[in-house]
Amino acid sequence: MCTTCGCGTDEVKITSGQQPQRAHVHHHHHHDDHQVHAHDSEARLLQVEQDLLRKNNDYAAANRHFFSQRGVFVVNLMSSPGSGKTTLLVNTVGAQKTRYPIAVVEGDQQTSHDAERIRSAGVPGVQINTGKGCHLDAHMVGHALEQLPIENDSVLFIENVGNLVCPAAFDLGETRKVVVMSVTEGEDKPLKYPDMFAVSDLMLINKIDLLPHLNFDTNRCIDYARRVNPEIEILQLSALSGDGCDAWWAWLSSGLDTARTMRKAAAGDQTA
Amino acid sequence: MHEMSLSQSMVEIIQEQAAVNGFQHVTVVRLEIGALSCVEPAALSFCFDSVTRGTVAEGATLDIIKVPGRAWCWVCSRVVDIEGHGDPCPDCSGYQMQTRTGNEMKIKELEVA
Repeated sequence: MCTTCGCGTDEVKITSGQQPQRAHVHHHHHHDDHQVHAHDSEARLLQVEQDLLRKNNDYAAANRHFFSQRGVFVVNLMSSPGSGKTTLLVNTVGAQKTRYPIAVVEGDQQTSHDAERIRSAGVPGVQINTGKGCHLDAHMVGHALEQLPIENDSVLFIENVGNLVCPAAFDLGETRKVVVMSVTEGEDKPLKYPDMFAVSDLMLINKIDLLPHLNFDTNRCIDYARRVNPEIEILQLSALSGDGCDAWWAWLSSGLDTARTMRKAAAGDQTA
Repeated sequence: MHEMSLSQSMVEIIQEQAAVNGFQHVTVVRLEIGALSCVEPAALSFCFDSVTRGTVAEGATLDIIKVPGRAWCWVCSRVVDIEGHGDPCPDCSGYQMQTRTGNEMKIKELEVA
């Protein structure tokens, strides 16, 4: 059991192979903004008006506060299994780790293979195993942060469980949600799983080096994504060949610049 | 099955309410679920029944009020009804839409004894 918040670990397991970096970052909120209406002792109607995701959203807010204080640009990467998220991350880490500090939280139901791949690429990585769970939530991420060295003005990637449905509902406190889909999937994925594409800020179309061998209609895929989310940004790349990765890296650098600027502005406000 | 997580958080909210308001039993849990939220009502009911066993909400009826999806159409410059993300405007058939309501997932009220 967690000694800070008393949560049971259940099936969730978090492994970094290192000692915790800091105490639990999130807070526990107790809302008692209830209103009792009828005072009949037999039956009463209680106005509750509480979001089902309130607890997750409270943890997400605590994570977001933690990140903003440190100028961390946080990317929640989501996709179906096999879209190439981990390869994209490993290659991104390899190309960008000398430009800014990077850390990674990996989410999978089982195994720590992905975190091991990240650590082999030369940056800190923590694995969350969700057991039977189908998504990461903000509480798990809060615990994972205890085991990660998070530097000021850095990029944190959170690789969610491979699933195009459930992760869409759970705010982790990230700065941006990124959905990865590969050209080996159907171009109508945005219409089949609209919730995920509706909440995402950026869609990466991966594995474009395979396009000559496939009947994937890229323009149609982009059209479908924009139907679901007219504001979504879209980049096309191949994590394996490196084609199109410059634009992805520029997107990351731009996000980090904003996070750094906001941290400095907030720090300036406090000292002023 | 994120409906299981949502059901567990419903039970936590209900138990907090029970501690504060001192009721022993919940007969009805009234929810507002938006048409565009990623909740499948049948799955939610199924999960709710299993996670409420042995709690103050055991046997409670789940009453789901559906909140319609509404979006701003940039072409028509007005709010229109939609049933899902990616639906076209019913008037101009365009897709330049910005969601206004329909993502709700909340416990509105409890009938308790």
